[in-house]
Amino acid sequence: MGYYILRRLLSAIPVVFGLTIIVFLIMAMIPGDPALAILGAYATPENIARINRELGLDKSLVEQYAIWLGNLLQGDFGRSYSLNRPVIDEVLERFSATLILAGSALLICSLLGLLAGIVSAVRQFGWADRLITFTVLIGISTPSFWLGLLLILLFAVTWQLLPASGMYAIYGGGDLPDLLLHLILPACTLSVVATGVIARLTRSAMLEVLRQDYIRTARAKGLDERRVIYRHAFRAALVSVIPVIGIQAGFVLGGAVYIETVFQWPGIGGMLVKAIATRDLLLVQGGVLVVATSYVLFNLLADVAQSLLDPRLKS
Amino acid sequence: MSVASLAGSGRPSAWALLGANRLAATGLALFAALLLLALLVPLLPLADPDATAPADRLLRPLADAGHPLGTDQLGRDLLARLLHGTRTSLAMGISATLVAALIGSLIGLVAGYFGGRTDNLIMRGIDMLMGFPYILLALAIVAALGPGLMNALYAIAVVNIPFFARNIRGVTVGLARREFVDAARLSGKGHALVLATEVLPNVLPTIVITMSTTVGWMILETAGLSFLGLGAQPPQADLGSMLGEGRKLLFTAPHVSIIPGLMIFALVMSINLLGDGIRDLLDPRLKSGALTRPAARTAVDAARPRPAATAAGESGQPLLDVRGLQTQFEIGRRVYRAVGGVDLQLREEECLGLVGESGSGKSVTAMSLLGLVPTPAGRIVGGRVGYAGEDLLDVPDARLRELRGGDFAYIFQDPLSSLHPLFRIGEQVAEALRAHRPLGRAEARRRVVELLELVQIPNPAQRLDAYPHELSGGMRQRVCIAMALANDPRVLIADEPTTALDVTVQAQMLRLLDRLRRERRAAVLFITHDFGVVAEICDRVAVMYAGRVVELGPAAAVLASPAHPYTRKLIDCVPVLGEPRRSLDAIPGLPPAVDRLPPGCAFAPRCPRARDDCARGEIDLRPLPDAGGGAAAREVRCRYPLPLAGDPAPAASPADGGTS
Repeated sequence: MGYYILRRLLSAIPVVFGLTIIVFLIMAMIPGDPALAILGAYATPENIARINRELGLDKSLVEQYAIWLGNLLQGDFGRSYSLNRPVIDEVLERFSATLILAGSALLICSLLGLLAGIVSAVRQFGWADRLITFTVLIGISTPSFWLGLLLILLFAVTWQLLPASGMYAIYGGGDLPDLLLHLILPACTLSVVATGVIARLTRSAMLEVLRQDYIRTARAKGLDERRVIYRHAFRAALVSVIPVIGIQAGFVLGGAVYIETVFQWPGIGGMLVKAIATRDLLLVQGGVLVVATSYVLFNLLADVAQSLLDPRLKS
Repeated sequence: MSVASLAGSGRPSAWALLGANRLAATGLALFAALLLLALLVPLLPLADPDATAPADRLLRPLADAGHPLGTDQLGRDLLARLLHGTRTSLAMGISATLVAALIGSLIGLVAGYFGGRTDNLIMRGIDMLMGFPYILLALAIVAALGPGLMNALYAIAVVNIPFFARNIRGVTVGLARREFVDAARLSGKGHALVLATEVLPNVLPTIVITMSTTVGWMILETAGLSFLGLGAQPPQADLGSMLGEGRKLLFTAPHVSIIPGLMIFALVMSINLLGDGIRDLLDPRLKSGALTRPAARTAVDAARPRPAATAAGESGQPLLDVRGLQTQFEIGRRVYRAVGGVDLQLREEECLGLVGESGSGKSVTAMSLLGLVPTPAGRIVGGRVGYAGEDLLDVPDARLRELRGGDFAYIFQDPLSSLHPLFRIGEQVAEALRAHRPLGRAEARRRVVELLELVQIPNPAQRLDAYPHELSGGMRQRVCIAMALANDPRVLIADEPTTALDVTVQAQMLRLLDRLRRERRAAVLFITHDFGVVAEICDRVAVMYAGRVVELGPAAAVLASPAHPYTRKLIDCVPVLGEPRRSLDAIPGLPPAVDRLPPGCAFAPRCPRARDDCARGEIDLRPLPDAGGGAAAREVRCRYPLPLAGDPAPAASPADGGTS
């Protein structure tokens, strides 16, 4: 098992490597000449050549990439000009908040999605199935940023049950209950679409599994139906649902951008939006790289979980 | 197997299909209406969406006749802005979809068509794009290009390219190796021409499906970027930017943000409904209803005909007494009568062979006994299954579970698919034990080792922890047998237990089964299509054809001298060493479809001895008059049975008592 994890971990390295290439290329395609932008009216040919040399822009793209990657590996993501602090510090600080939000959303969507999918499959064509199918359809069609606003209106403004924004109360907050209270609305909003996707997939995976010969064997052994469904069928269905949960991690991490903006959650998504508005590209670059790398790790986690469940995958 | 194929073509009920279509139709209607509205915007008598009127700021909907949806913070008419915004958002989403479809499909076509290193390189790149969380890559692109409506469009298109590239590549790979593509290439057409004229038309449906499933996201995500202030810039407005601006007024004038959100929701919902409908329509698995779930127990008609139990004969009451069993599959409006009134008696410790071709109903008969026929589409519509004074078709669920794996145990055809792939074999056998009596872990383990020993699995204490995929076919079937024997069943139902195994293993397995059933004093219902197997282990044999028993008798006697022409043909099918010319297709034609059985004898159309009246009237299963000692021992469903061996005179008169 340890060997398998190690192998998967090693195979993630080229993927992360690929991410850096893409981010580098996107940043390299920025229109306009940086030297011109910096020099403005002082743009004489000599000055431009000097600035380009200082910025390393006279080197080939490959060399530039190598230097940039070398810096990244040493933890040097550059300095944010709008915040005037190292990018890596800001990004890591913000990322912990995003991780709390996205992690909770993933937890919610996995539990709820699996449960809804099982119920839907077991009661196929019954009223519960129809209700769930319909709710799922509405859920995956709802813009999350709009849903967030609606929930704020209902729970924070009309009923005044939950805080509308932020991660902690401004006065006297800061403990775990306070965090959880602030977490409920954004985490639930963020999990809606992923819950729908997982529920749909779990339903069809369960229906597929319930037709298998080994389910007939389980029934022929005299097992009661709960055990047949929750142990035999669900376990097998889970094997095909887990990679999808891994993929949902990507949608949740990306969707966090909207949710953090709506709920003013101090995470990396809100930071990215502000950084784009202020054209703080080093900050954007750092943020994107860190979130994308975490997505790779989420998928790795899903792979390992899947192989723990399915002994056939290890050989 | 016939059960699987019949049930596999089952469909959800008619209303479910209709309902699915109705949803798709609703989606189509809604989307078409919104699209039409957006197209007609310039012709509608709307207010100027950009005309500000500070005096009319933040009017509520319906508060002012001139502004049905109210106004925003600058006093602009919300209805006009909403419709113009819808137009922009739709245009954005659809354009992004077209761009992504064009570039993505091209990439997919090239990768799939050329294959090899080109394919590898391209798909690696695509995988890397997919390594990013969806919206994050779009953000990075917008960051580089700068905020703006067109840049948002490009960004969303780029992040959707991988979906098209992957799907189209998948289809193209299959097509590129097909004969008609090869032929086109050999005829001297260039690659581009072959791609355009031969491959593209065949991948078009996939492109359409992918478009229908992604256009909703793209509308949603472009609106999202605008919501974040990274898409449409004022005074330009789409639904997303309206929502983003309205957000600042959420507490004072919620309608400004809620209304555009509602429109995005309506758009995306209608597209998703439509997309689901298209996918259902084009997905053959759903269309065939393969995704209906079999219930825990076969549906049984409560008001079915129940023949009386068999009277106790000279050998006493039979252990298992099946009378008039009828099981059918209801698929759409068609009814397949897989089992059409079967009578079987299984006596204590006897091995009864149930023989017939695929589709003769022998497996369905066996599965019906304990309600293991999948419902839908299976349904038991007649008969009784008498056991220990009960009718098994009527017993409560709890009692049925007690009998399943208790007094009755099954051994199925394919041990690989019958064992759960994710559980250790020891667990699976232990589960069979514990389902019927409380047992500690250590005790269960000890019993499992005993059982594995019993079925001659070497090193049982170690094999316990193996997974099914780690064992050979023969070992797996031994595990299945061990599982079946776990609770000392009185009746063992073996459904072609050797068919899926290697020929060399088959003989071992038969000997093992024969020894075990004698040691354990279990009665066996042995289902097979192979008379060679019957000769090995069965005491009596029942031959089935088209859902009914056509001949019944002691195995040796039937083998030596079959009375039904069908039995004769089946026996002729058994390959005999040194007689290579006995072919396996000794019976011309196919068994009849059980949804339209011919009147009279179902075998008549294939029978060399058939006479005119064979295709008329009901033919009963009757004792064979010439069978000699113990007349009741042999029965046949034939008007003109074959003469018995050693019988000088061929049967001259119809055994049926003369309808001719």
